[in-house]
Amino acid sequence: MSEKTELDETTTRDARASTTPPSEVKTSAPVGAGDGGSGRKEAEASLWADAWRSLRRNPWFLVSGALLVVIIAMAVVPQLFTSVSPHACDLSQNRQAPTADQWFGTDIQGCDYYSRVIHGARNSMIVGVVVSAGVFVIAVLVGLLAGYFGGWIDGLLSRTTDMVFAIPYMLGALVFLNIIEDRGPMQVALVLMLFTWPTSARLMRGSVMSVVNSEYVMAAKALGAGHVTIMRRHILPNSLGPLIGYSTVFIGIIIGAEATLTFLGVGLQQPAISWGLQLTDAQSYVTSSPHLLLFPVIFVGVTVFAFMTLGDAVRDALDPKSKR
Amino acid sequence: MDAAQPTSRKSPAKDETMTSSSTAEPLLEVRDLQVEFRTKAGTAQAVNGLNVTLHAGETLAILGESGSGKSVTAQAIMGILDMPPGHIAGGEIRYRGEDLLQMPAERRRRLRGMSISMIFQDALSSLNPVLPVGWQIGEMFRVHRGMKRREARQKAVEMMERVGIPAAEKRAGDFPHQFSGGMRQRIMIAMAIALDPDVLIADEPTTALDVTVQAQVMRLLKQLQEEFNMGLILITHDLGVVADVADKIAVMYAGRVMEASGVYSIYSSAAHPYTRGLLASIPRVDGADERLDAIPGLPPALTDMPPGCPFSPRCAFATDRCRTERPELREIAEGHTAACHYAEDFITAEEDPA
Repeated sequence: MSEKTELDETTTRDARASTTPPSEVKTSAPVGAGDGGSGRKEAEASLWADAWRSLRRNPWFLVSGALLVVIIAMAVVPQLFTSVSPHACDLSQNRQAPTADQWFGTDIQGCDYYSRVIHGARNSMIVGVVVSAGVFVIAVLVGLLAGYFGGWIDGLLSRTTDMVFAIPYMLGALVFLNIIEDRGPMQVALVLMLFTWPTSARLMRGSVMSVVNSEYVMAAKALGAGHVTIMRRHILPNSLGPLIGYSTVFIGIIIGAEATLTFLGVGLQQPAISWGLQLTDAQSYVTSSPHLLLFPVIFVGVTVFAFMTLGDAVRDALDPKSKR
Repeated sequence: MDAAQPTSRKSPAKDETMTSSSTAEPLLEVRDLQVEFRTKAGTAQAVNGLNVTLHAGETLAILGESGSGKSVTAQAIMGILDMPPGHIAGGEIRYRGEDLLQMPAERRRRLRGMSISMIFQDALSSLNPVLPVGWQIGEMFRVHRGMKRREARQKAVEMMERVGIPAAEKRAGDFPHQFSGGMRQRIMIAMAIALDPDVLIADEPTTALDVTVQAQVMRLLKQLQEEFNMGLILITHDLGVVADVADKIAVMYAGRVMEASGVYSIYSSAAHPYTRGLLASIPRVDGADERLDAIPGLPPALTDMPPGCPFSPRCAFATDRCRTERPELREIAEGHTAACHYAEDFITAEEDPA
């Protein structure tokens, strides 16, 4: 056959760079996972390799990735970072400035502030990850159904989305959390989820709609694929890219929102340890003990920054237009 | 009259009239199909009373320029027309005597891919970019036949070998963008014929390919058609492609069949001025330095059809009758129909050059 020569390595690579559709990468997990046989390893490698190559060359990905590894470790195993219990407090030593011994000083109760701040990572992370994961699921369902079926289903789902979207999520969360007496990370997460899903759902609907009219969807239809097959095999893998990027950024946004709500007195409650609660306590002592404000602010800021930067890097890696 | 009778190089059964019923039950029969698109500019009549018949082992070429309604016809037969704005206003599409348009959606879906299958013009955009090709072919077996993964993959490799993809076993894990245009179209063909369909619709299967590969792909289609005894509907605007492969031709213009007959009589004694115009616009090797004859003007807007013959505004021979009275598709010789008031005159003019 005269066409054998086309398999030249460079051509293949070029073709990929120019023609890969959005979101080539993240799908490989569900996709490759299913296929038996020898083709599977190569396939997976080629899908991941593409995004991984572009991520690895991105300094922002490296910086934010390293920061997140540290922060996640803090949330999972705070004992790695401090051997001092956050509950070992000595009231007589309250509001001490940082020293060589106690790096972040002590708080109002005389507890070691470094230990408190480290232990505060867990609640922020739980809220951020739970909300982002929950919103991801809602967005995929709503966006997929609305974008794929269109018509009255789209009308119903989109108008519902718009209605929730019209309520500022901070205001909604404030009102709702005010009513709930007993607020742990899960309650805060649920309320935030309730008011923040519309942005993601709209994003997902948009990218589904850009895929739904593609020729391979029509071809799949012509070859007898049903709705479920088309959505699962053809639409989802090709439309998930932007949402994955945004969901990473979204964890950062939610961590900020949780700190804000807690600071406003409607988020987590004592005796929970959280950055937001530390900020609440710090507000009365800003002039006399500024370190109480400084350390949690730095930690919240760095965490949010890391998630946002990572999200941008991931989104770029999954976007064919930004591929070089 | 006798001289106009085409001499068929295929079996005589293949050169039958498209509108008259034949002895064997036709695989696919489209009767008076009408497809409209409701647009802001008004209702566009994309297909207007189309009649075609297809038998097993037969190749029907639907020929026409862009906008003549040939792709819409294919989509209507497959049931993948975008509705709305598309709308099937009337007619029937019978597959083995059963009207597809009256069939429950689920039953019709099962026929797609299994019994009636389709390949598209641009294979790159018709293949899912994120799935390995072997997997996509194998999916046909998994979805329709409920095969296990390993078994489906084995069948997929077999299909790839069958359509002439070298090192199929090794390449089954590759992605569509890693193949050349011709190879991609072969993969698309492998998917379409995987379940041994009775009817294969090929919508401009070679238009996106370069000329050398076009011939290979057409040969492959022809060969597979004979092997599987499929009915093949070949949609194209390329008269050159058709001559080789088709048994009969339907020339479409503005959503209607202008002329239909066995492939030979179209080339030897075209009875419609539009067909003649098309034939005159093919470059010929022996044509020296002559300029090609193009058909002047553009097809009519589908939202605003002329009252008479739709071709009359562009026809050099149009009379007042053409502009007011719409010619029906009628038989002018055995196995040869044309929608022109003066079809016979054209044929006789050809026969007596003196």
